[in-house]
Amino acid sequence: MTDKHPIKKIPGFTAEEVVSKIGFCEQLKGGVIMDVVNPEQARIAEEAGACAVMALERVPADIRKHGGVARSSDPEMIIGIQKAVSIPVMAKVRIGHFVEAQMLESMEVDCIDESEVLTPADEQFQIDKRVFKTPFVCGCRDLGEALRRIHEGAAMIRTKGEAGTGNVVEAVRHMRALMSQIRELRGLEDKQLEKKAIELRVPCELVAWVAESQKLPVPNFSAGGVATPADAALMMQLGAEAVFVGSGIFKSGDPAKRARAIVRAVTHFEDPKVLVEVSKGLGEPMVGIDINTLPAQERLAGRGI
Amino acid sequence: MASEAGGAPLVGVLALQGDFLDHEAALQAQGLRTRQVRAARDLQGLHAIVLPGGESTTMLTLLDVEELWQPLGDTLRSGIPVLATCAGMILLAQKVENPSQRSYGMLPITVVRNGYGRQLHSGTFRLESDVLPKDTTGTFIRAPRITAVGPGVDVLARRGADPVLVQHGPLLAACFHPELQPGSHPVVERFAAMVRKHAVAGVGL
Repeated sequence: MTDKHPIKKIPGFTAEEVVSKIGFCEQLKGGVIMDVVNPEQARIAEEAGACAVMALERVPADIRKHGGVARSSDPEMIIGIQKAVSIPVMAKVRIGHFVEAQMLESMEVDCIDESEVLTPADEQFQIDKRVFKTPFVCGCRDLGEALRRIHEGAAMIRTKGEAGTGNVVEAVRHMRALMSQIRELRGLEDKQLEKKAIELRVPCELVAWVAESQKLPVPNFSAGGVATPADAALMMQLGAEAVFVGSGIFKSGDPAKRARAIVRAVTHFEDPKVLVEVSKGLGEPMVGIDINTLPAQERLAGRGI
Repeated sequence: MASEAGGAPLVGVLALQGDFLDHEAALQAQGLRTRQVRAARDLQGLHAIVLPGGESTTMLTLLDVEELWQPLGDTLRSGIPVLATCAGMILLAQKVENPSQRSYGMLPITVVRNGYGRQLHSGTFRLESDVLPKDTTGTFIRAPRITAVGPGVDVLARRGADPVLVQHGPLLAACFHPELQPGSHPVVERFAAMVRKHAVAGVGL
């Protein structure tokens, strides 16, 4: 008998939170979570095999175009989507806006995304996610951001990427940074772990947990810039356990077909033959943005660090 | 994570979507070998099979796309032990409501999807059972609710008045997630015992 059970004691989480909050996120693994802006898109996503939908008023590509302050969505729109599908419905709140989160919890949204895609409401504090019963997902660019969010109570982490660009380069950068920083912790002595914890501004037990387990204590998903089945499989091969696709599906030529293709690509992320098959004749992908042409103030990933 | 070395019984785990890795880890902790099932060829030579938790609609879609619906059905009906958790139980049930959806229909129960409510109502609850150790609990996550049980189905555990762990011949199905709970869950142990007994009898495919 080997002790290979994946769920261990996780610093800062009660045993019940580990199984019910993090356990919810475990059910999404190997799946695709799709951004949808109305019930019709939600149904298309569900039929294509999405394991959850993210309900929001505008996909990130349109938030970029629209400008101004991006806030949590109209409750009526979210409720419409909850009624339309049987899979989990997530929704976004502004970084630090705990009242928007209280509202989503009272609407029984299944998971709350404290998201850099919306305009931050608090530049000092992120939401104290421990006081909520609803699981939260938060973005990260590296191990420090990931562990700070987990310390605040996030039950799932997604690498940020650069949302609404259709360009996977930032998602890759963030996933590589996260995974290599986890590997760098291997074999460190207690004193070195303590120093690392101070540097990352999190409790030492959390750093020690990651050093020993060589993974994050919560599911690690990818987001921000995935536009093709190949992009999704790339993120899975780099270590993502599931993929969020925002603008990539409903800003493309044939959303239903592309959605099905990305779902299948995530299941078969290590099988190039299947990836070839699903990538045939998908129509126009969303038009991408070269990250280097984006002025600093339009880069979303720098929000909430 | 799949482990096929050694002579222990081999359990296939449907790996289209969901927490199949957690099921594999729980089974490996019982000394069983596991194999991820994504295509018909992965069904060869299994001593048992697991339909894990996840989203049943996602699994249904992928079963069709992968042309796995029929071959998996043949394996499920072959008499080998089957463990079905949460979404897996929905795939086996005779009747599915909220909304109604296609299923293998091999397990004479009616289930209501998300029958205990959305994620806010998820949690760990005490089970009442004559066959499981006292104080056994189950973690219910957007769990299906069993509202009717047909003839020949043994109810092994209840949450309040509701059946939540049922057995029908070689089919063992739970509304909750024994694979998520720390340590070795009695339901996983029961399934491992079924697998060993069956493998010793030499009835593997």
